[in-house]
Amino acid sequence: MTKAMSASLALLASALLVPQALAQDTIKVGAILAVTGPASFLGSPEAKTLEMMVADINAKGGIGGKKVVLIVKDSGASAEKAVSFAKQLIEEEKVLAIIGPSTSGETMAIKALAEESKTPLLSCAAAEVIVNPVASYVYKTPQKDSQAVIRIFQQMKKMGISKIGVLSSNTGFGKAGKDQIEKLATEHGIQIVVSEVYDSKATDLTAEVTKIKAANVQAIVNWSIEPAQAIVIKNARQLGLTIPIFQSHGFGNIGYVKAAGVAAEGVIFPAGRLLIAEELPASNPQKKVLVSYKSDYEAKYKEDVSTFGGHAYDAMLLLAEAAKKGGNDRAKVRAELEGLKGVVGTAGIFNMSATDHNGLGLDAFEMLTVKDGRFVPLAP
Amino acid sequence: VNLAFFIQYLVAGITYGTIYAVVGMGFNIIYNTTGIINFAQGEFVMLGGMVAVSLHHHLPLPAAIAGAVLVTMGVGALIELIFIHWLSKPTVLRMIIVTIGISILIREAALLVWGHDVRVLPYFTGNEISSISLGGALISPQVIWVVAVCALMVLLTTAFFQWTMLGRQMRACASNRVGAAVCGLPIRSLVTLSFALSAGMGALAGCVVCPITYTQYGMGTGLAIKGFTVAILGGLGNSLGAVAAGLLLGIVESFTVSALPAAYKDTVSIAILLGVLFLRPSGLFGAGAATRA
Repeated sequence: MTKAMSASLALLASALLVPQALAQDTIKVGAILAVTGPASFLGSPEAKTLEMMVADINAKGGIGGKKVVLIVKDSGASAEKAVSFAKQLIEEEKVLAIIGPSTSGETMAIKALAEESKTPLLSCAAAEVIVNPVASYVYKTPQKDSQAVIRIFQQMKKMGISKIGVLSSNTGFGKAGKDQIEKLATEHGIQIVVSEVYDSKATDLTAEVTKIKAANVQAIVNWSIEPAQAIVIKNARQLGLTIPIFQSHGFGNIGYVKAAGVAAEGVIFPAGRLLIAEELPASNPQKKVLVSYKSDYEAKYKEDVSTFGGHAYDAMLLLAEAAKKGGNDRAKVRAELEGLKGVVGTAGIFNMSATDHNGLGLDAFEMLTVKDGRFVPLAP
Repeated sequence: VNLAFFIQYLVAGITYGTIYAVVGMGFNIIYNTTGIINFAQGEFVMLGGMVAVSLHHHLPLPAAIAGAVLVTMGVGALIELIFIHWLSKPTVLRMIIVTIGISILIREAALLVWGHDVRVLPYFTGNEISSISLGGALISPQVIWVVAVCALMVLLTTAFFQWTMLGRQMRACASNRVGAAVCGLPIRSLVTLSFALSAGMGALAGCVVCPITYTQYGMGTGLAIKGFTVAILGGLGNSLGAVAAGLLLGIVESFTVSALPAAYKDTVSIAILLGVLFLRPSGLFGAGAATRA
């Protein structure tokens, strides 16, 4: 073998080896988030949170010595786009796992895809159907709809409320909540006197609220994530209704409280503890995580933290935890995810199992209310 | 349904109706000049609300609203100058496609500038929970403001298009572009003016409905669909028609909610629109080409 030949062979070998070496040195994480479009209030803080966390993880040396490469795809809350981005991330980018999508509809659109291609999916969307029935590669970080409904019903029992009116928007989130309310009402001794669905783009809901007023109920439950949830409470108070108003965990955005002004006072809703991080006692196991995420996020992006960004935080946290042992292997990471116990996140403490791919208990929710324009824990 | 609830549904319908009407009227000015529907009208409404909220941090409310109307008028004129003015053949189809593009552009720009949060102006009178009693029904004082602004817009636009030389020139433009040009009318400048006026009306609507509906970067489309519906229903170019159609639609929607599940509200309103378009293509109060003659 001539010198030139061996040199060129060596060059060829290194050319073949280098990309592989590079690939092994990094962990590719895909994210499909509704950064723009109607659900941008979910996707935007989620994307910002992931970028912040990945920069932080890489500054500390990465996961198991490997740098994390984050690829964010903006789906604009469109299920069709989510599907094509998922295919791209799985087949072309060959990511280790996908974080997102932001909304339940998009997640359901790619659930089967993740399962077939054996790619771990950590959804940031709320609907229970994402993890029930369980798909082995599909996980989600927000608390379940059913747990939110149960917490509301428990609170109603304490307040002696049994006859309610239900309002919900015509979105995936609204429908999922309405279904859970109707399913769980009887066993909690709650009677739904009237239940109305409104358009998510509604600009005023006086007629819907009038119908509820005519039905003589003891409380209103509203289930939506759109501005409509701040409109409905104004309309109810304008009509002189003084009964308690309950909202879903979608109310956890201080922007809506500011928008509804005095009408928001006294609204009761279940939420993760991120919104009251500072008020928590020092003994609370989540306090440290919550306060550090909140202060980092608010310092970096100069905007209020929301629980939605927290769902992306939890997804990255769980994935990083699983990848520490599972490395760059999709199947191993999946198995690690399923075995995670006692991971302290923003939504609660995650205890995953083969039958529970959400891992949060009823105690992940705290009942909150609005006082003087701020979120505070509801007095027991 | 007893009397108090009957009146309450009526009031709710008037609330819906005036919101639709105040947005819908903005479509008429550009239509009266160019014969096209401006699909960015909803974005002008959003822009008015957004700019007013931003200005209100520094200025008292009336000044903030006046400022928002002026700024949005400027944006409207600028958009016409940049995207439409130089078109050698500004056909109707072409201009419609351009306005759709503009609506997307404004929406995304607003997302960059103001983010995705809802913003709100304070109630002009009272606050979020105050209401006035009206025969047993309760009505928010802001609804009365919307009604008043609606009435003002009808008066001003009707007077402008009927009795001022400029208004007549603008109508001549839409009626017969070539003929108007032959008569020496500065057609292109009139079109620019119509965009500015239309944007200003949209902005004023955006300010007055903002305390009720809130303002968010993507709200334009939803409002524009209802506004467009009542503009068509009332007969394009006819301000009073838009108000009457708006009230009719709002009241029908409100009583639909009282009788049927609320989810049917939009089904009923779209069915009415289709029905009217089949039976009277020029709208309930439109006289076809005669309004533009």
